Amino acid sequence: MKNIIRIENLIFEYSHLEEEPAIRAVDNVSLNIETGSFTAIIGKNGSGKSTLAKNLNGLLLPSGGTVYVKQWDTRDDAHIWDVRQTAGMVFQNPDNQLVSSIVEDDVAFGPENLGIEPKEIRERVDKALADVNMGKYKKKAPHLLSGGQKQRIAIAGVVAMKPECIIFDEPTAMLDPKGREEIMSIIDELHREGITVVLITHFMEEAVRADRIIIMDDAKVLLDGTPEEVFAQEETLREANLEIPMAASLAHKLRKRGIKVPEDVITVERLVEFVCQYK
Amino acid sequence: MPDEQLALDNINFDIYDGEIVGIIGHTGSGKSTLLQHLNGLLRPHSGTICIGDTDITAPGVLMKDIRRRVGLVFQYPEYQLFEETVAKDVAFGPKNLGLSDEEVEDRVKEAIGLVGLDYEKIKDRSPFELSGGQKRRVAIAGVLAMKPQVLVLDEPTAGLDPGAHKEILAMIQEVHKAQNNIIIFVSHNMGDIADLSDKVMVMNDGKLMMVGTPEEVFGQKERLAEIGLSVPPVTELMHALKDAGVPVKENILNLKDAEAEIYQYLQRKILHD
Repeated sequence: MKNIIRIENLIFEYSHLEEEPAIRAVDNVSLNIETGSFTAIIGKNGSGKSTLAKNLNGLLLPSGGTVYVKQWDTRDDAHIWDVRQTAGMVFQNPDNQLVSSIVEDDVAFGPENLGIEPKEIRERVDKALADVNMGKYKKKAPHLLSGGQKQRIAIAGVVAMKPECIIFDEPTAMLDPKGREEIMSIIDELHREGITVVLITHFMEEAVRADRIIIMDDAKVLLDGTPEEVFAQEETLREANLEIPMAASLAHKLRKRGIKVPEDVITVERLVEFVCQYK
Repeated sequence: MPDEQLALDNINFDIYDGEIVGIIGHTGSGKSTLLQHLNGLLRPHSGTICIGDTDITAPGVLMKDIRRRVGLVFQYPEYQLFEETVAKDVAFGPKNLGLSDEEVEDRVKEAIGLVGLDYEKIKDRSPFELSGGQKRRVAIAGVLAMKPQVLVLDEPTAGLDPGAHKEILAMIQEVHKAQNNIIIFVSHNMGDIADLSDKVMVMNDGKLMMVGTPEEVFGQKERLAEIGLSVPPVTELMHALKDAGVPVKENILNLKDAEAEIYQYLQRKILHD
């Protein structure tokens, strides 16, 4: 498989004050993101997960090591727009991402800046709004929409730039359960359409939808594997002060009491299936 | 702009001393509007609200007294931190009550301790260099320093990571134990509501749709689903098992009981079949 993003020995340091020693937010991380994959990055606040994400499309530039998006080094000024157009980003707070007073203008903002023909912009905006189920709101004012709807507009704005990869930085953290589910099903859909998804989250129930989970702890990669592999490491996760999904936790407790629950039972559906075979 | 709407419609309820009350409802159901009535920040168009023996809707009631008795912690309260140091920020409320300097200092110390922070270590730090969870505690300490009899929290764990989330919940329980005050909180996390609340209130479309113990409220999965609300994830699991034909009790609200119920069932089956 081809890798759309390659991270080689990435180090990222920042300092609040000049006289203070720099804080290392990402410490020598190497990993690749496969084209077309769905990767969730989990970690508690301060673990370095958001800093890592912002290094993936050149919003932050490495202090050491290299990040490549396709063939481009994110530090190469000449290709920074290629990088950003390949890997778009959606942030936590939808209110900080909307720039226009009409939904469709907001979505058109990105493609306009790319210098795309008006006719094509029209098509892209309509398609992007349809993708996030917001077509009928295209003439509305974003500030009258709910948090989940605003976040969908922000996603449409990124989709309209036709990125091959979208990095979602805690896109549901400020939403209610309904808004959260709306966003997650759109992410699933975009992934099915072939977009590479990197999802930064601290909700485990969201992470189980990915095909790969990376756990960040203390600026390093603590675990990296399929959801089944990662959530089987209950002790390691607990030590890192992270939760595991409810079903995985129950399966683990039952295992401790001597019931042979397979390791891949980490979702409610799988747990129900498991119990049902004894019916 | 949308037309005028009834944000709250004929709401009646009592809250008793020492209760923890959880409020659930959709965004836009009237939860936050309701909370803002409890300390007089909003005034009802009709109806009365009594805090203790005081009808706070009566003319001539001093709002200052009401706000001293009912402390309201808004959503994302850390956005309201503004002082240079943590101690000064927490002292802002009690100072405005006109208390003596010593009394203010005592209260600041006590409040910072109550939210689980080390007074000596944190008092001179800037609130802006703290972590998200710490900032939120400092903001809550600012309200606690007013010694409210009723502490109202609007989505106290929104946007926190799981570690900080758990810490804030534990802190709420600690504060409740230490002060035996009334705590009213809003949350979208049904698990938290079930764990903490003595009483659950369900808001929908400006109306109070249900009031009861967590068992009573979450026992009505269908009615909650009609208004787009869910039961705690573990209750959801038990329902899924039951729906799949496994004879288990479905009205279970915590992981421990779920574990026991499923274990019992499986053990019976594995041993005896």
